[in-house]
Amino acid sequence: MSVEQIAGEYNFAYLDEQTKRMIRRALLKALAIPGYQVPFASREMPMPYGWGTGGVQISAAIMVPEDRFKVIDQGADDTTNAVSIRRFFEKVAQVETTEKTAEATVIQTRHRIPERDLTEGQVLVYQVPIPEPLRFLEPSEVETRKMHALEEYGLMHVKLYEDIARHGEIATAYAYPVKVEGRYVMDPSPIPKFDNPKLEMAGIQLFGAGREQRIYALPPYCEVVSLDFEDYPFTRMRAEHCCDLCGAEDSYLDEVITDDAGGRMFVCSDTDFCGERRAAGHLGPLGVAESAA
Amino acid sequence: MKDMIEDRAGATDRPLLTVEGLAKYYGGRIGCEEVSFDLYPGEVMGIVGESGSGKTTLLNCLAGHLAADTGRVLFDRAGQMVDTVTMSEPERRMLGRTDWAFVHQHAHEGLRMNVSAGGNVGERLMGLGARHYGDIRAKAEDWLGRVEIAADRMDDRPTAFSGGMRQRLQIARNLVTGPRLVFMDEPTGGLDVSVQARLLDLLRGLVREMGLSAIIVTHDLAVVRLLADRLMVMKSGHVVETGLTDQVLDDPQHAYTQLLVSSVLQV
Amino acid sequence: MTDAMISVENVTKTFTLHNQGGTVIPVMEGASLAVAPGECVALVGASGAGKSTLMRMIYGNYLAASGRILVDGTDVATAEPREILALRRAVLGYVSQFLRVVPRVPTLEVVAEPLLSVGLPREVAQERARTLLTRLNIPERLWGLSPTTFSGGEQQRVNIARGFARQYPALLLDEPTASLDAVNREEVLQLIEEAKARGAAIVGIFHDQPARDRVCDREVDVTGFTPARVA
Repeated sequence: MSVEQIAGEYNFAYLDEQTKRMIRRALLKALAIPGYQVPFASREMPMPYGWGTGGVQISAAIMVPEDRFKVIDQGADDTTNAVSIRRFFEKVAQVETTEKTAEATVIQTRHRIPERDLTEGQVLVYQVPIPEPLRFLEPSEVETRKMHALEEYGLMHVKLYEDIARHGEIATAYAYPVKVEGRYVMDPSPIPKFDNPKLEMAGIQLFGAGREQRIYALPPYCEVVSLDFEDYPFTRMRAEHCCDLCGAEDSYLDEVITDDAGGRMFVCSDTDFCGERRAAGHLGPLGVAESAA
Repeated sequence: MKDMIEDRAGATDRPLLTVEGLAKYYGGRIGCEEVSFDLYPGEVMGIVGESGSGKTTLLNCLAGHLAADTGRVLFDRAGQMVDTVTMSEPERRMLGRTDWAFVHQHAHEGLRMNVSAGGNVGERLMGLGARHYGDIRAKAEDWLGRVEIAADRMDDRPTAFSGGMRQRLQIARNLVTGPRLVFMDEPTGGLDVSVQARLLDLLRGLVREMGLSAIIVTHDLAVVRLLADRLMVMKSGHVVETGLTDQVLDDPQHAYTQLLVSSVLQV
Repeated sequence: MTDAMISVENVTKTFTLHNQGGTVIPVMEGASLAVAPGECVALVGASGAGKSTLMRMIYGNYLAASGRILVDGTDVATAEPREILALRRAVLGYVSQFLRVVPRVPTLEVVAEPLLSVGLPREVAQERARTLLTRLNIPERLWGLSPTTFSGGEQQRVNIARGFARQYPALLLDEPTASLDAVNREEVLQLIEEAKARGAAIVGIFHDQPARDRVCDREVDVTGFTPARVA
């Protein structure tokens, strides 16, 4: 900490500049080799592993004072994890925060891609628990790195094979493996496979795994193909329902239990998307018109 | 005598595998030394010797699992002899998935225990680019049948299999891509005698039908008498005797081989 | 000697017992014989004189110390294992006294195996096996079972059926009629005569004197090859 700084204050965005540089170097390398997992010296953060320390470090490393920051957890801006991280950056970076996808410059996410298409200039930062897609079948890190290096990806299809053998279809519903630019197989973090097609986008996507000390990335418009079999092609999956609040037919839905008598409703998991639709006058079966959105 | 068990396809003139002056040292100790031989297509060679004689070290050097210190292991790939000791690792690993196969003594080392039997057999196919589930499954089922595993066990994991079944599954997993050379490390070790017989019979049939070449390391002389065309006897890292299997077993020339043969309990 | 199918020339055999003080036992010296196609030669001599040893050397089962053993032009004494195996597959048949098979393999399969190994279609091979098993009076209900469970006489007949499955140009017979009843003995002798008629060169050991007199053209007394014991 520099002498000018008063005790108790933080460097901009919490991390010291050397650490940011180290992370930026890793990010540049990751963008240069789409889908490749770059090791980085993950720091201790003032929150436990599993709370998004990888994503937080990336956000801190790329953040500038002019940024508008948005955080979502499973699509929602108002859950504990999202609120905590948003407050963290309000405090240590004094950046403006927003819940509007369209207005954000940096969006940190846990397990969702916003419904609204991101535009060039926007950055999506993913929190990643386990970055290695081959890990569940091959426990050795030495071996999985070799498999990536030599493009030995047969094992990835073994997992999909097992799915079909056991469930009659590819039952993997989230963290569905993809192949990037015809080269690296990548775990897109536990986003629902509904979101997989959106991985080909105009925005920059950065993935950070704090505990596992890995960073990987997808530059804008890069090719991302979900793995499948010829006779069991990849399919998106969403509940056969519309949003009970906004009536959307094409958004990813959360199922909400409303009472202990079997009552339930489906709502958009992307709260901003749902709110915008309702503000624009769309109404679902159980929705009430927004008074003054 | 091996009079009842002649079954190999016709010999050809070009060796499939040529080993020249292979040696492996563990510090000052000899793992194996001065090993040279030719293996022809369709030939099955047994390597026998007691524990610590260097036979497993030799097998691992041949299969590329251990780096040999000196010597060459030349393999006939599309008519050209390529040195598998000096070839790049990606090439060697590719060989290990295509032309070569390795059957471990302990099936769990050669299987994925948390993957179904069908998935275990299908892995090599998928590794070579098979992307049609129905085809992969049909091929896996065919192979499970060949190693006498019922089709209704296809989706069970090997953890639910007996030792003999696991070993048969490992064999199916290895042979599904039609390799030309199979390395086997004590393939019947640790199995019940009755299970051993079944496995041996199965291996013998597969070797003949597929025209496989194989190198089998074992300390069980009964296994090589039934499976191997020729023998290599090892002691302290050196080859002390080679020859036709029944000749080496019935008329051993070297002191060590004589000891080995005379030490077998007769039943 | 060029017209001989089997030709043994000045063969010596010693056993060295490394684990018993390196004792060297010479068992054969200057052994020579020649068998022409269509000829059957009986090896005779007292028990222990070396009849089986000589036969095993011709088959490549025992290693000759010196001399030449030509079978269809291949020198068994110096040939590579794969050459001997090729010879055994195509030229040289052997009916030993004992049946050695993998447990579990059905009898029909055991007998058909020499034919399958040279690439004959399964139906043809099995048809030939069925014919032989029928001739040698092995009941059909046993064909699907492994011969390991059979009686000694039955095993011997399965062994003979297997040995005659292929029409080898050269045949070695070790006591083919031992432990057989009159009916089966007659069948075996006929098989031998048929083999001779089609031109097979045969070397045999027969303790059965009448059988020897009937099928053998000559006798070679191996006592003549026995060296003076030095041990």
